[in-house]
Amino acid sequence: MEAPSILPLALENISLRHDGQQILDRINMLVARRRTTVVLGPNGAGKSMLLKVAHGLIEPDSGAVRWSGLPGAAAHARQAMVFQKPVLLNRSVLANIVHAVRLQGVARAKAVHRAHTALDYVGLGDMAVRPARSLSGGEQQRLSFARAWARDPEVLFLDEPTASLDPAASWSIEQIIVELRREGRTAILSTHDLAMARRLADDLVFLHRGRALEAGSAEQLFADPKTPELAAFLKGELHW
Amino acid sequence: MSNLTEGFAAAFRLLFGFDADLWEIIILSLEVNFAAVVLSCLIGLPLGGALAVYRFRGRKAVIVLVNALMGLPPVVVGLLVYLVLSRSGPLGSLNILFTPGAMVIAQAILVTPIVTALTRQIIENLWQDYREQLTSLGSSRRRAIPTLLWDGRTAVLTAILAGFGRAAAEVGAVIIVGGNIAHHTRTMTTAIALETGRGNLALALGLGIVLVTLAILLNAAAWMVRERSMPETALIAANR
Ligand SMILES: Nc1ncnc2c1ncn2[C@@H]1O[C@H](COP(=O)(O)OP(=O)(O)OP(=O)(O)O)[C@@H](O)[C@H]1O
Ligand SMILES: [Mg+2]
Repeated sequence: MEAPSILPLALENISLRHDGQQILDRINMLVARRRTTVVLGPNGAGKSMLLKVAHGLIEPDSGAVRWSGLPGAAAHARQAMVFQKPVLLNRSVLANIVHAVRLQGVARAKAVHRAHTALDYVGLGDMAVRPARSLSGGEQQRLSFARAWARDPEVLFLDEPTASLDPAASWSIEQIIVELRREGRTAILSTHDLAMARRLADDLVFLHRGRALEAGSAEQLFADPKTPELAAFLKGELHW
Repeated sequence: MSNLTEGFAAAFRLLFGFDADLWEIIILSLEVNFAAVVLSCLIGLPLGGALAVYRFRGRKAVIVLVNALMGLPPVVVGLLVYLVLSRSGPLGSLNILFTPGAMVIAQAILVTPIVTALTRQIIENLWQDYREQLTSLGSSRRRAIPTLLWDGRTAVLTAILAGFGRAAAEVGAVIIVGGNIAHHTRTMTTAIALETGRGNLALALGLGIVLVTLAILLNAAAWMVRERSMPETALIAANR
C-alpha cells in the first residue's frame, strides 16, 4: 500500500447518453483519500453507470476522469470493483480468486497463497474447493469482495454491496468496508440504503435522474439537505 | 430379403471375430477423424474466440462466411485439396496425395468452420456477461479468450463433438484425396461406398453398423455433456 496514491479522483463534467436518454448529466465529483464516499440515490438514478465510468469500464460522452498524476491504465491496476451482480467464473471458489490475482502477473504459488488469505478475510476459508456458482447469494457477494481485495487495490468501487443480502450478511459486509479503510484503502460505494449510508459515509453524492443534486460531507448533507429531492429521499418519500 | 439377413450375420461375424481387415479400416478412420478434429480445434477455438471478442471492420462478413463454410460440400473440398496436392499442384512436392495425411487436411477443412462458428457463438454470449467483470480485473481481450473457452467448456465440447460427427460421416472428401487404397487409405465411409458396388455386403454392413453406433455414441456424449451443465446454467439464471 506504500506506492504513491492514485487519489484524489476528480470526475469533471461527466455526461453519458444512451438511446436518447441522459443517463449522467454533467457530474462533478471529488473523491479524497481514505474518505468513504457514498453515491446515494433511488433506483435508476445512474449510480451503477457513474461507478463504471469512474472505474474506466464505460467511456463518457463528455467530461474527464482524472486520477492524481497517473495515466488511466496505471491507475486502473490499483482499483477493483465489486459489481451489483457479480460475475463469477465457472470454476472453484479458490480458482476465481487465483485467476484475478494471476492477471496482475503474480506467480501461481503466490497467487494461491493470496487467494487463501482473501477467503479467510471474508470468512469463506472452508469453501475454497466448492464450485463458485453453488454458493448462496450472500456467499457469492463475499467471494466477489475477496476477489477484489486479493488484488490489493487502493480504491474499491462497491456497487450496492449489500442489496439483496440478509441483515447478518449485510452486517458482515459492512464490517469489511470499515476494515478496508483501516487498511488505508478508499471505498466508493453506491446504495439506496439510507441507514447504511449514514453508518458508512464520510462524503456523500446524491444522485437523482443522472444529476448530482448535492455533494459534500455526509454529516452536513444529512443534517441540512439543500434540495427538496434529498430532503424527500431522507424522509423516505422520494421514490423516483 | 435373405441378402439382408445373410449380410447382417456375416457382418457380425466379421465384427466380433475381430476380422483384421475390418478393424484396420475402423482404426484408420478414427485416427483420421481424430487428427482432423484436433487440427480444427487448434485453429477453430482461438479463431472463434477472437471473432467473439474483437470488433473490427468486416467482422460481420467474416462471421457470415464462416457460417456459410459449415455447409461446404465434401466432394468440392476433396476436389480442391486434390488439385492443391496433386503432382502439378502448388503443394504437389509434398507428395501426400493418397495418404492419410491428405485425408486429415481435407477433413480439417470441413470441420474447422463448424468448430469456429459454434465456438464464436458460445464465446460471444459469454463475453456479453463477462466483459465488464474481466475488464475490471485487468484482463485484455486477448487474455480473456482462454478464460472464456474454459468457462464455456461444456458448450465448446458439444461444438467439438459436432465437428467429429461431420468428419466421421463424410465420404466425398476422403474418397477423392485418399483414393480408398486397401490397407492404406480405406476408411469406413469409402469402404461402404465402394464395397457395396462390388457386392461385398458383409464388410459394408459391418462398417455401417460401426458408423451408426459411433454416431449414436457421439450424440449421447453431447447430450450427457449438456445435461451435466444444465444445473449450472439454471444456477446462473437464478442468480441474475
Ligand atoms: N445497458 C444499458 N442500456 C441502456 N440504458 C441503460 C443501460 N444500463 C442502464 N441503463 C439506464 O441508465 C439509467 C441508470 O442506470 P443505473 O444502472 O446506473 O441505475 P442505478 O442508480 O444503479 O439503479 P439501481 O439502484 O436500480 O441499481 C437507468 O435509467 C437505466 O435504465
Ligand atoms: Mg445500480
